[in-house]
Amino acid sequence: MSGWFAVLLAVALAAALTFLTLPIVAIFAQQPPDDLLAALGEEGALDALWLSLRATAAALALILAVGTPAAYLLATRRFRGRAVLITLIELPLVLPPAVAGIALLAAVGPSTPLGRAAQDAGVQLSLATAGVVVALTFVAAPFYLRQAIAAFEAVDPTLLDASRTLGASPARTFARVAIPTALPGLVAGTALALGRALGEFGATLMFAGSFQGVTQTVPLAIYDRFATDFTAALALSAVLVAVSAAILLSVKLVRGPDAVAR
Amino acid sequence: MRRLLALAGLLALAACGDDAAVSGGGGDKPQLVVSAASSMKEALAACARDFPAATVRLQFGGSDELAAQIRQGVPVDVFAAANTKLPDALARERRLEQPVVFATNQLVLAVPAEGGHVDSLEALERPGVTLALGAEGVPVGDYARAVVQRLGPGRSEAVLANVRSNEPDVKGIVGKLTQGAVDAGFVYASDVEATKGELRAIELPARLEPTATYGAGVVEAAKQPDAAEAFVDDLVAGGCHESLLAAGFGEP
Repeated sequence: MSGWFAVLLAVALAAALTFLTLPIVAIFAQQPPDDLLAALGEEGALDALWLSLRATAAALALILAVGTPAAYLLATRRFRGRAVLITLIELPLVLPPAVAGIALLAAVGPSTPLGRAAQDAGVQLSLATAGVVVALTFVAAPFYLRQAIAAFEAVDPTLLDASRTLGASPARTFARVAIPTALPGLVAGTALALGRALGEFGATLMFAGSFQGVTQTVPLAIYDRFATDFTAALALSAVLVAVSAAILLSVKLVRGPDAVAR
Repeated sequence: MRRLLALAGLLALAACGDDAAVSGGGGDKPQLVVSAASSMKEALAACARDFPAATVRLQFGGSDELAAQIRQGVPVDVFAAANTKLPDALARERRLEQPVVFATNQLVLAVPAEGGHVDSLEALERPGVTLALGAEGVPVGDYARAVVQRLGPGRSEAVLANVRSNEPDVKGIVGKLTQGAVDAGFVYASDVEATKGELRAIELPARLEPTATYGAGVVEAAKQPDAAEAFVDDLVAGGCHESLLAAGFGEP
């Protein structure tokens, strides 16, 4: 490697590192830690954290329950239109949040037939916690599905065949062989979906609104505070940074100690 | 590699393109950055194009949000807010030159033009009616809360119990109304006019003091102080003032 090229690489890395870490360090550096902790004690902040936790857990439960078998089907069967199906499922992955918000309003908004039907059936989506769950599920599900499909595809087919020839039903093979074998990939997918769901902002605001304890998740609470109470906004941001770091670390741990060292 | 570098260069050029085009194409007209309350979106978008002294770049948001940006040092030349409280506060902090009042707006109760559940202020107290307000700190939210407080104890609590969303700016309230997510919302008369018939305004009695006063000033750190001064004058008595009146705003 010639000298100037090595320097170029090092400068590029230093620039990338500074650019990416400086804003995150600044969240913790702008205010003393005591002030941040005190700001978290505020009732609205706790409400937002608790709501984010509940809505994300509900969204993840839905994603895992429906996404796991759906991904298994897509990973283990070959049929016409499979690639198109996978692309459709992955589309929300690259959709801007504002588009996701408009799409949800157009599909199940309060003035649409589906939205009215849900309301008549007693399910309040608009401006309700259920609406937050719908928004989180919509934006986060593709992250899990993508990983789960890849994880199931990586399962050795002879393993599944062996399970079947030994007399296990397809359902049992799925539950006792496919899922345990694909587990690291499934956990990684869950973590990615969790991260995306926790950070959801635009679709939630447009579809579910912003109300303390009902629809105001942590990102919305941060936005609500940044003009009037910057310290509180910093404190909530710090929590999300910590949670995101924990998610990232756990994914790397699940993927093996190699991934941590790397 | 060469191709990659060329691409990176092109992207960098594209990113700077805006400024280059403005200073080059506009006959050396300076570029003026104006932070204005969301409620003035339609009115100012129309008049800013005709502003002679500069090319105007408008950015809209909740006034509190825009004030916070100025406090954080975002380079803005003019701040035009939906109240006088925020410009006055910025002036006290020496971030804004002496602000002036340039327009008024009427807070109204907005409801869907057809098929709504709410046809009067009193109806807001009924349980089950849903309402969107501006968040606390956003002028339209503060005006609305002040108006509701003036209804008196009991009544104001009944109204506030029906709030379902606290929106970051006035456009959020209008969006929740036009989407049918809420039955009613407190917005400005000019916002109802901007929906071109989708929403209807229920006027509020004068004893509730529903008049919003708009204040603007030149940001101390303005890069274009002269053009900024001229734009504030234009808001007080010029093309933009006419544009505001046409959009449903009132004289101060």
